Amino acid sequence: MAEERRPKQCTVVLPTESMKAMAESIGVGQLQEESCVALSEEVSYRIKEIAQDALKFMHHGKRRKLTTNDIDNALKLKNVEPLYGFQSQEFIPFRFASGGGRELHFYEEKEVDLSDIINTPLPRVPLDVSLKAHWLSIEGVQPSIPENPPPAPKEQQKVESTEPLKVVKPGQEEDGTVQGKGQGATAADGKGKEKGLIRLKPRSTHELSVEQQLYYKEITEACVGSCEAKRAEALQSIATDPGLYQMLPRFSTFISEGVRVNVVQNNLALLIYLMRMVKALMDNPTLYLEKYLHELIPAVVTCIVSKQLCLRPDVDNHWALRDFAARLMAQSCKTFSTTTNNIQSRITKTFTKSWLDEKTQWTTRYGCIAGLAELGADVIKTLILPRLTVEGARIKAVMEGPVVSNIDKIGADHVQSLLLKHCASVIAKIRPQPDNVEQYRIDYGYLGPMLCSHVMKARTQAALQAQQVNRTTLTITQPRPTLTVSQSGLSGSAGPRTPSIIKVPSSLTLMSPRPGTPSQPSPPATKYIVMATSAGPASTQQVITLSSSQSASPVTSTVPSATSTLQPLVKLESGSGPGLTGSRPMQKYIVVSLPSSASSSLENKSSVLPTSISSTPIEAGMKLDRSESPGASTQSPH
Amino acid sequence: MAAVQGGLVDAVEKKDIKTEPSEDSGGNNNANDGRLLSPPPGSSASAPGGNKPPAGAPEDQQTLLAVLQFLRKNNLAESVEILRREAGLPEDALDLKAGDSAGAGSGGAGGTVDLEGEDASSLLSRVTVSSSAAAQAPTKGRTGLLPTKAVEDQPDVNVVLSAYSQQGDPALYGVYYSGLKRFIESVLDCHRAELSQVFYPLFVHMYLELVYNNHENEAKVFFEKFSGDQECYYEDDLRVLSSLTKKEHMRGNETLLDFRTSKFVLRISRDSYQLLKRHLQERQNNQIWNIIQEHLYIDIFDGMPRSKSQIDAMSGSLAGEAKREANKAKVYYGLLKEPEIELPLDDEDEEAENEEGKPKKKKPKKDSMGSKSKKQDPNAPSQTRIPLPELKDSDKLDKIMYMKEATKRIRLGPDNLPSICFYSFLNAYQGLTAVDFTDDSSLIAGGFADSTVRVWSVTPKKLRKVKSAADLNLIDKESDDVLERIMDEKTASESKILYGHSGPVYGISFSPDRNYLLTCSEDGTIRLWSLQTFTCLVGYKGHNYPVWDTQFSPHGYYFISGGHDRVARLWATDHYQPLRMFSGHLADITSTRFHPNSNYVVTGSSDRTIRLWDVLTGNCVRIFTGHKGPIHALAFSPNGKFLASGATDGRVLLWDIGHGLMIGELKGHTDTIYSLKFSRDGEILASGSMDNTVRLWDATKAFDDLETDDFTAATGHIHLQDNSQELLLGTYMSKSTPVIHLHFTRRNLLLAAGAYNP
Repeated sequence: MAEERRPKQCTVVLPTESMKAMAESIGVGQLQEESCVALSEEVSYRIKEIAQDALKFMHHGKRRKLTTNDIDNALKLKNVEPLYGFQSQEFIPFRFASGGGRELHFYEEKEVDLSDIINTPLPRVPLDVSLKAHWLSIEGVQPSIPENPPPAPKEQQKVESTEPLKVVKPGQEEDGTVQGKGQGATAADGKGKEKGLIRLKPRSTHELSVEQQLYYKEITEACVGSCEAKRAEALQSIATDPGLYQMLPRFSTFISEGVRVNVVQNNLALLIYLMRMVKALMDNPTLYLEKYLHELIPAVVTCIVSKQLCLRPDVDNHWALRDFAARLMAQSCKTFSTTTNNIQSRITKTFTKSWLDEKTQWTTRYGCIAGLAELGADVIKTLILPRLTVEGARIKAVMEGPVVSNIDKIGADHVQSLLLKHCASVIAKIRPQPDNVEQYRIDYGYLGPMLCSHVMKARTQAALQAQQVNRTTLTITQPRPTLTVSQSGLSGSAGPRTPSIIKVPSSLTLMSPRPGTPSQPSPPATKYIVMATSAGPASTQQVITLSSSQSASPVTSTVPSATSTLQPLVKLESGSGPGLTGSRPMQKYIVVSLPSSASSSLENKSSVLPTSISSTPIEAGMKLDRSESPGASTQSPH
Repeated sequence: MAAVQGGLVDAVEKKDIKTEPSEDSGGNNNANDGRLLSPPPGSSASAPGGNKPPAGAPEDQQTLLAVLQFLRKNNLAESVEILRREAGLPEDALDLKAGDSAGAGSGGAGGTVDLEGEDASSLLSRVTVSSSAAAQAPTKGRTGLLPTKAVEDQPDVNVVLSAYSQQGDPALYGVYYSGLKRFIESVLDCHRAELSQVFYPLFVHMYLELVYNNHENEAKVFFEKFSGDQECYYEDDLRVLSSLTKKEHMRGNETLLDFRTSKFVLRISRDSYQLLKRHLQERQNNQIWNIIQEHLYIDIFDGMPRSKSQIDAMSGSLAGEAKREANKAKVYYGLLKEPEIELPLDDEDEEAENEEGKPKKKKPKKDSMGSKSKKQDPNAPSQTRIPLPELKDSDKLDKIMYMKEATKRIRLGPDNLPSICFYSFLNAYQGLTAVDFTDDSSLIAGGFADSTVRVWSVTPKKLRKVKSAADLNLIDKESDDVLERIMDEKTASESKILYGHSGPVYGISFSPDRNYLLTCSEDGTIRLWSLQTFTCLVGYKGHNYPVWDTQFSPHGYYFISGGHDRVARLWATDHYQPLRMFSGHLADITSTRFHPNSNYVVTGSSDRTIRLWDVLTGNCVRIFTGHKGPIHALAFSPNGKFLASGATDGRVLLWDIGHGLMIGELKGHTDTIYSLKFSRDGEILASGSMDNTVRLWDATKAFDDLETDDFTAATGHIHLQDNSQELLLGTYMSKSTPVIHLHFTRRNLLLAAGAYNP
């Protein structure tokens, strides 16, 4: 590794443009090229020197992260005045913007209304340093308490369940813990014995200590008992306790047996409790459930599709249980599906098969659709949408036909609203505007008109959300994550294209625009917007259009400095050539990465603006991409 | 800074010679002898001297005379001969003409170099440099005269650098280097590992030469071509080197100065050395030969060449391995330690018995606790070797407490691991930088990056201040519980904050009697705090740069500190100036520890060496090399025989102090080791690291294995078995809490401390 890094180290030098920029900032114009070169070399060297000194302070501060204070201290060592005003430990408040061939670093300084500050209540005083003691080890054995890390880390559990052979190999993490557990006899012995011990380990781990047995009893009783407060506590414990690894098989069996019995008895309440247990187990960050899926999945699927889950199907809300279980199913598909176990595809097949069956009851039908719908927009698009017409006809038969039974009617009603709920958002994404009721009726049959109104609602909502996002987004080139989103000026593109980039400097080095497709934002990232619109200033200002209204562009208004130079911070770029695909004359890309809650606004808004015609192959390609796999794109910001 | 270390080191060494003739000059002579093993490269003297500056003839001669005189003073007759022949001076010239200046030199202050006259001083600075760099006349003639008049601000740097003003075709450097590389790769396996040691120093010096002579591009090419060949543990230095691409950068660059002022020490067997020498002479490879002559110190030994693993174990320091002499000449100092701490204890014990008339059980216990005998151990220093504070009554009481606790001590071993109690600092967002426990584990103190120091009581007994002077007047001084009465109940609290520093607090240490607390900080001061009044008593100023570590002597009164200025200082609490200054490290001193008998201190440094210093004489008595990163943790075994050290490379190394040998390597940690501690009986070594783990190691076994080995003390070559896994007794993960301090209570319960970093 060292070899690879070194040559690079040799060559890293600040670009001379930086020197020029700095010189300009202090009023020295026309700096000669040689001076720039000399300066940049010197400055690079000094910066490296300071960084090396700062590292010392980091080491002595017992940290892994270099802070601005370390730099200050290093400067002090050199008898240089430290930089004042960079107090934050976490980030460096530089912002970077570029566009139209100009690059700009600036401080973000918001105007603060003093009265706001005065009027807000005082924040809570941060807690003072305090000491807390716990047992890290008792006579060589590490107790399973929340203060200690889980005995078997999740990674290891995963390795154990997916690649059991690997675990047998000695010399991994094991050594310490194993010796700790089997202390005494083994510790003194050599390596050979250890190997044997590790091999034996899985056998011994399934014995529960007395405390664990007690705990198991208490927890299971509380989970299915009548006291809701106790249950909440028990579930909380399951969801957070780090030491449950050993009890996992028991819990798994408990749940699967419980479901089996209670489905027969139609005991809805208990089924719900058991599903909540599953949820809690899945939420526990220290548990890896894969080994127990063979018990858990049938239980969950039962709760989704079972014909009858409760004693009075016309009154009890078993639909909620089905929804809940369907979400659980989707979650486990997402977490555990691999190419070897193929959970998702198997589940999908199961659902589809029983859904397609003519004789399937409404309850099961509902469960199947819910289960499929929760698997994501992709599944909805490929499996549910094509069947909307058929399903609509079936619903129509029940709703408008002779009254068969109340139960059927309720079932059909629920299926209908379920379909509307899930399909509308997907259709809103893949179907171009405008939404024509008649067209919908042709496409989707009985459900068409209702779908149409739902879709329109969904669009409005999405637009609203996106605008909100926008407002918060514009301030944002956060320095940490390096996201480079740019549009490549591929040769096929029509019209002159300047790359529009929001670049995020990760260090002092300046980056130059480089072509590429929008990369996936890294997890902790905040929000980015890249938009491509047609050239007309009017249309550029539309962020997301439903009504084609021309609101004042938040882009330019929030960054006044940018407006003055006619270079918006987020460059709205045009490709105003002849449209290749007339139907979507203009594309707007909004790449937004937000915490997952806002993921719904991520979808590509393709708005049809009759006025502007522009579309480039790449844009169309991207567009296509997304519409093909909306599922993928929604998942990206997690 | 250069005034402290840098170029003056040589001069300082010279001074040492005067004060400590027995050892250091011996070492110096050896150095020169080593040099003389090879024929002086007189032939190469005629080699290009193109940019030799026009020096006035009289001055030239004067210089030569000064050199001659110096050599003669150091009894280097052979060198004198050679030099005189070279210079073509008559035999008596020295005696006659140099008489005046020599007289001044040797007459004044016993020949101390820096007391020469104004004129001579500049000459002698050259003399110092050249001779200490084993400069023989030929080299001198070629290069040494270039720098002449010292530059005002940093004379040493220029003198030091001047040796780089070599001539030679810069383009050929790569050829030379790869030629040597080819040669070394082609020699017999047994020699290859040894000779490969030459690569790194050679590489660095050739690179620096290129840079110094403004061959920037060649230097870059050279660096890129060969830096990949160097051992990975030199990576940090190479990084520094790589950024150094201009002559101007060289001034003031510490790493460079270190490299230049201290010769890189290599240990090579005689056979291998001969091989190398023959090769270089055959090829007329003067460029390389000169570098070896001037900048390297080759410690030649007779016997089998060492293996690659043996070499790797010992190398890694900034300036090569320790010279054998550095660790050898002082062997008898080394094993002085043991029972000194026990002896007063025994006295104490008796007194205690007399006083209390009760504890009979302690005696047998005492014997079993590893003190070899109650008689004076032959290896121990005499009780009065350094003056220690007299024991106060409270100290005696404490000793009795200690004995009582000791009887209840758990005997640890591989089958009987200690329990670990972890003290997590919560909400320590400002950054916890240092922690210490009192010996009786009743108090815990933390130093923070926001300059505060906090003291907690971990027993139910709360912390109280002494009453104010006015209130104290009111107390009945005759009453029995006067000690209780002087405390102010109103101030009782579980923790106290001490304000005073103006920078992160990097080191913290309780005095053994729990009355004082010592802290050191980035602001360059060391502060002594009273734990009675919870105020600052003294600020010791001396270090001008951040002080990285400080520790009280186990007997109190003295303390040691070390920091960025590379000098370790020994202080006494009642002196505002240091009693001793230990200089010799080539980079920051990152950790300091007292030997259990208070006669020695050990310092670990960023130059990746550990040095043991004698408190009495101020001499460096041991240099341990082998770590590949800055040393952040040090611990003596309770019997004082062994030392454990931990560094950023995540390895713990074990050292036998008496023999000056590395005796073990414990691998397992994956990040910097910040704390090491032996159990009270020395059976278990605990290590805490940035990787959030506490690991326990079987110290008994690690040291036993060694004693069964036949000791190769004479050669200093060690065979380390890779038995870390066997010695590792347990690994305990904490929850994202780096372990920055470890402490065994008197009953052998292990306490660990760190700040929780969510």
